[in-house]
Amino acid sequence: MSSGIRDKVAILGMGCSRFGERWDMGAEELMVESFTEALTDAGIGREQVQAAWLGSCMDEVNIGKSALPASMALRLNNIPVTRVENYCATGTEAFRGAVYAVASGACDIALAIGVEKLKDTGYGGLPGLDVGSMPPLWWPNLSAPGVFAQVASAYMNRYKVPRDVLKRALAEISAKSHANGAKNPKAHLRNPVSCDTIMASPMIAEPLGLFDCCGVSDGSAAAIVTTPEIARSLGKHPDQMVTVKALQLALSNGSEGGYNDWDGSYIHTTRVAAKRAYAEAGITRPRDEISMFEVHDCFSITELVTMEDLSLSSDGGAIKDVMDGFYNADGKIPCQIDGGLKCFGHPIGASGIRMVYEMYLQLLGRAGERQLKNPRYGLTHNLGGFPHQNVVGISIVGRYQ
Amino acid sequence: MIGITCYGAYVPRLRLSRAAAAQANAWANPGLLAQARGERSMANWDEDSLTMAVEAARDALAGRNTDGIGALYFGSTTHPFADRQNAGLVASALDLPESISSSDFGGAQKAGTAALIAALDRATAGRPGEALVVAAEHRRARPGSAQELQYGDAAAAFTIGNSAVIAEFLGSHSVSVDFVDHYRATGQEFDYIWEERWLRDEAFQKWVPAAVTAGLEKIGIAPGSIHHFVLAEPVAKLSALVAKRCGITETAIADSLLGVVGHAGSAHAPLMLAAALQKAQAGQTIVVVGFGQGCDVLAFRTTAALGELPARSGVAGSLKRRKEEKNYPKFQSFNETVSPEKGLRGEANPQTALSAMYRNRRMLSGLVGGSCTKCGTAQFPPADICVNPSCHHQGPMQPYRFADEAGRIKTWSADWLTYTPDPPAHYGMVEFERGGRFVADITDWDLGKVEVGQPVRMVFRVRGRDAQRGMVRYFWKAAPLAGTGEH
Repeated sequence: MSSGIRDKVAILGMGCSRFGERWDMGAEELMVESFTEALTDAGIGREQVQAAWLGSCMDEVNIGKSALPASMALRLNNIPVTRVENYCATGTEAFRGAVYAVASGACDIALAIGVEKLKDTGYGGLPGLDVGSMPPLWWPNLSAPGVFAQVASAYMNRYKVPRDVLKRALAEISAKSHANGAKNPKAHLRNPVSCDTIMASPMIAEPLGLFDCCGVSDGSAAAIVTTPEIARSLGKHPDQMVTVKALQLALSNGSEGGYNDWDGSYIHTTRVAAKRAYAEAGITRPRDEISMFEVHDCFSITELVTMEDLSLSSDGGAIKDVMDGFYNADGKIPCQIDGGLKCFGHPIGASGIRMVYEMYLQLLGRAGERQLKNPRYGLTHNLGGFPHQNVVGISIVGRYQ
Repeated sequence: MIGITCYGAYVPRLRLSRAAAAQANAWANPGLLAQARGERSMANWDEDSLTMAVEAARDALAGRNTDGIGALYFGSTTHPFADRQNAGLVASALDLPESISSSDFGGAQKAGTAALIAALDRATAGRPGEALVVAAEHRRARPGSAQELQYGDAAAAFTIGNSAVIAEFLGSHSVSVDFVDHYRATGQEFDYIWEERWLRDEAFQKWVPAAVTAGLEKIGIAPGSIHHFVLAEPVAKLSALVAKRCGITETAIADSLLGVVGHAGSAHAPLMLAAALQKAQAGQTIVVVGFGQGCDVLAFRTTAALGELPARSGVAGSLKRRKEEKNYPKFQSFNETVSPEKGLRGEANPQTALSAMYRNRRMLSGLVGGSCTKCGTAQFPPADICVNPSCHHQGPMQPYRFADEAGRIKTWSADWLTYTPDPPAHYGMVEFERGGRFVADITDWDLGKVEVGQPVRMVFRVRGRDAQRGMVRYFWKAAPLAGTGEH
């Protein structure tokens, strides 16, 4: 019987580049920006990193294949560096590689770094994905908003929610993230936006308008992890130590997309991963115990159903919680306190680690204007693929003691 | 007895208003306004002669066991492929057994009747099994030309056999004359056309009636006894000229369909024949004339079995399933006679893996998935391990065709971001009532009318065109039934 990952791995240091349309920088420079901050924060030299995991998703742009671009840009010491890719959950996948390596005892200090240079395409939105030989022969030309908008159609149908009621709640979700992002110097979009503006924005994929979609940005984020014992030997006081409480991944096996059961109004794998993560972290009442969370708000509707999938809102109850301000910065469980994908944009390889970065800052009381009062557990939720076949990564981090 | 054993037809749902098209071009050619009456059929962007042939064949074959089909002949001058057998792909889409002979007929407007004659000759020669004959045309014309108003897109299909014959074959007669009223050289996009007076005076007043008269004498039919005279006249009123010269009653002249469909090239005579069969009573004589560098004359007599044929859409059903289109630039865009902005997303153009396409041909062309031999779950795509989470049985599945399964829209969106020639791209999860689901393109939608729970019919359509490599990729899409009068 496995004992799980809880408290076996501590975060020694983290870094996050400024996210945005970084016309001035390529992926290499973005990685250096987040890595330098992480090294400084960890108080170690690059030669102390013994293994690294690079998360990058889009071969079509960005840095191509293999982990070499990270090893070379960061001038790592000929250590093992592994590139991982798992759709939009790639960042969490890189983090998981480094955390598992340390937990296994195979190395003392490991690096997870995620990066995506998206703004080398000439158009807005995510670049088209190469999906292999077969899918182009029968899949529709899926876009990210088009597939996540499917959830909205099913949600409205299941809970008999009128379109305007849903649109209004989705606008509140985006407005809340914009309000939070305005306070974050590293966010891409730093302007508060009203619900009226959001609801009047051009249609992208029915019923999602422009402001229901997250931004598209360049960015990088990095985490250096080790064991709590080594962290202590390197001078980190246990009171000032953030450890990993849970780290779970759940992938679809085809049932949502191929078997007539799932109704399309939620993300099945989020529910599976959340259940496992809560068990791993020893959390039994998430709505009372989780202090804050960063979810994969690629689209406002994704955030809405994720609140239910994480058992924070009841099924069909997320709209009420949203309208009540339950997830606002001054609410019971602030969501997207850093501005989320909505304001950071979604440089795919980086996003999962960027979410952990905010939880880490908050837990250490270093979140400045956004600082929440005495958070205990922070949860991150990273979702890749399509509602009907996807990869979900969930991490829970918290103070060591 | 040898003859036609069933028939079907297909006319695309969209009908271009001739007035709209004429008005758009009247600045350059005010003469077009004289033809600004009625409408012509207009293929959706994802339809071509091949997809229309499949639809007509499905209409013909509805409810029939197709195991007995021994041959498939496909007549058209607008086959999508010059060197990849179009008839073979039609057979795949219909999931016919691979043990059939198949041929394309082309090269002239009489390709449709030529295919029919070949099938009838095959039956006369005693070859086993029925022959499926399809004729379809997707006619493109130069922007601003009169042909844009005159041409139409349509398909018809028949099976030819020797039992349960609904129209007995009485005989045929053909002449081959290198009379060129129009032509389209290999590699050319559009027809080159001479004036109608030449066509009328030299062909339809001279050698066409002569060939019809010779044919009727040879077959042994008195002109006055014909109930349905089916002549696919390229322009209006030519049938009347021929009928008059041949002594055929004026009331026997079949509706040319030019006013509502336009002229569907080599598919037009077959289309008119399908319309005639839908109207005919038992014991009536039908004479069909296919024209194009000569002509084919075929004669049939309907039997009592015609009345026992199960109901089908036919030409009447197709014409009823209609959506007017007044947007002429959209017509041009769908016919690729203009090259509109596609956006940078429209540049994506993966190569077609011919090996993957071959391996999965029953899945891709025939919409054949699997049915688990243990739990019976129908699933798409087919897989080695059952998708039912409480089964996961491993082993070969029973092939299971979804093409005619009743399905409903489970989730959907209208996507303005992704590339499609007809934004917004509609797609969603389609769920089949007897099991199985997948995310499918939605076609033939009405903006604002798509909804969860809407019934759909699966249709074989163009999935994408690779202009760089000249490949057309086909797959099945969901066409909503509600809102189109097809409940």
